[in-house]
Amino acid sequence: MAMSVQTRRRTARIGIVIGLVLGAVFAAGPVVWMLSNSFKSNTEIFELPPRLITDTFSLNAYVAIFTNPETMRFFLNSYIVAGAVTVLTLLVAIQAAYAFSRFDFRGKRVLNVIIVSVQAVPPITLLIPYFGLMVGLGLYNTYPGLILTYMVFTLPYAIIMMTGYFNTLPRELDEAVRVDGAGSMTALWRVLVPISVPGIVSVGIYTFMIAWNEYLFALTLTRTIDMRTVPIGIQLLMGQHSYEWNQIMAMSVLGSIPVLILFLFFQRFFISGLTAGSVKS
Amino acid sequence: MTLKTPVSLDTEVLVTGVAHSRRRRQLRRTTESYAFLAPTLILLLVLMIVPIVMVIGYSLQSNVILSKNGQFVGIQNYLTVLGDGAFWKATSNTVVFTVVSVAAHLVLGLGFALMLNSTLIGAVPRAIFRGLYVLPWLFAVAVIAVLWRMLLAPNGVINFLLNANVEWLASPQLALGTVTFINIWAGYPFFMVSLLAGLQGIPSDLYEAATVDGASSVQRFWNVTLPQLRPIIVSLLLLDLIWTSQQFALIWMTTGGGPIDVTEVLSTYTYKLAFAKYDFSLAATAAVLVLLMSMVLAVFYVRHQKARD
Repeated sequence: MAMSVQTRRRTARIGIVIGLVLGAVFAAGPVVWMLSNSFKSNTEIFELPPRLITDTFSLNAYVAIFTNPETMRFFLNSYIVAGAVTVLTLLVAIQAAYAFSRFDFRGKRVLNVIIVSVQAVPPITLLIPYFGLMVGLGLYNTYPGLILTYMVFTLPYAIIMMTGYFNTLPRELDEAVRVDGAGSMTALWRVLVPISVPGIVSVGIYTFMIAWNEYLFALTLTRTIDMRTVPIGIQLLMGQHSYEWNQIMAMSVLGSIPVLILFLFFQRFFISGLTAGSVKS
Repeated sequence: MTLKTPVSLDTEVLVTGVAHSRRRRQLRRTTESYAFLAPTLILLLVLMIVPIVMVIGYSLQSNVILSKNGQFVGIQNYLTVLGDGAFWKATSNTVVFTVVSVAAHLVLGLGFALMLNSTLIGAVPRAIFRGLYVLPWLFAVAVIAVLWRMLLAPNGVINFLLNANVEWLASPQLALGTVTFINIWAGYPFFMVSLLAGLQGIPSDLYEAATVDGASSVQRFWNVTLPQLRPIIVSLLLLDLIWTSQQFALIWMTTGGGPIDVTEVLSTYTYKLAFAKYDFSLAATAAVLVLLMSMVLAVFYVRHQKARD
């Protein structure tokens, strides 16, 4: 009996390990291939049989990206836009989340429903009026135009996640400060915010990810090459140099690094914060 | 959530005084709340309410945006769009793309989450595998699109591994399935991460009780795990239905809706009306129809979230 349980456990473990490895090939295989190709020459990329480790290992593709002022401009634009969106979204969302978490006020339920349902408004629906609006306001093809646009998509999540996080912290913490005569602003920024760093970090990363990766509005609300962001830049590279696959792959790798680094370093905060906010049970 | 303490009603003076100050306190709280909410409300008004009103307005006019003299045409645009076969083709493609993607996201996400949650593997391999499985989630759609275009090229590595010579993205028979597959690859980690957190939140005594009762692992899965995950699963399904039905970038960058219209979805159909045919009135009409469909999903989502609170 004891043997059979042991054998069954061993069979189960082997099954799981096989499943895990197959899953890893499915999930990470394409990414490894992207990385591998970014170090190859263009002729070797489509050479048969394909080789993961290349003979012609070179950093040429990366050098080409780094020495091209155009591609560097894409990165600068993405950092400016995603950075600004993250900071502004956090500032606005933290205040809104404070109100939702700590106050009872008239209209709270309605506002809650509005913020949850705003997440379901299709980007394509907003695209056409935004195009008209941004042209009309003189914000077409500008940073503020993109930044404002992205905030509409980042803000609802940020408020919901941040409210979820504040709700996990005892009210007594900030209420004590308010009872002592300090204003709500002080209670929020001096007491609540400093202990909410893990939550704020995860909301910030998620916001940055959305803004960094956005494509549809970046495509439609910018026109000149010097205003384009990384996702559009990758597409432009694809169109202009459709045979320089190594550069396209190098640009893709470089364009993914900011998000990968953020995720790698803040994984723990990120996953716990995301699930606490969005999928609480 | 405020504690409502019963007020002792000794004298009239006290009653009116308390009632007055309570009302004042409530008013102050409401004012203060709205002060904190003001930036959010202004942004949502300018960037959400106004544009939605604008797009509905556009949909009822002809010649909007490009020319200044739009004319009110009532529901004429709606009749045109709803009478367009391409609109219905895009709708049915959207449904296929969405339903298959979402179902696969759930199955893959749950499968990976269960494997990662197994006690049969150590903490280090678990962390490594989880890191690998999350990867697709972290890449921009633009990157995912070019990556898969390279992998699926006729002389690409997928055809080599399958010993095939298939035009995955250019074949009318395969293109919709192919973009759906790419979307599955890109989207399951969100389910996996959330379900893993859900699995870790299931109290272990539930499993112990089930084991004592003689439940097999399959029975434990159906009678303990799934019911416990149910609220999370419903949330995820609804969110993913909303997101996937709105997917634009992946299809735009892989097939552009082609070949012919086999991968045309509602978002690419609408986009083309606006920015390829420059018919902003019809595009606005299609956009409003997409909004209406999304709102149906939103109603279910909001109701579900409220039920869980």
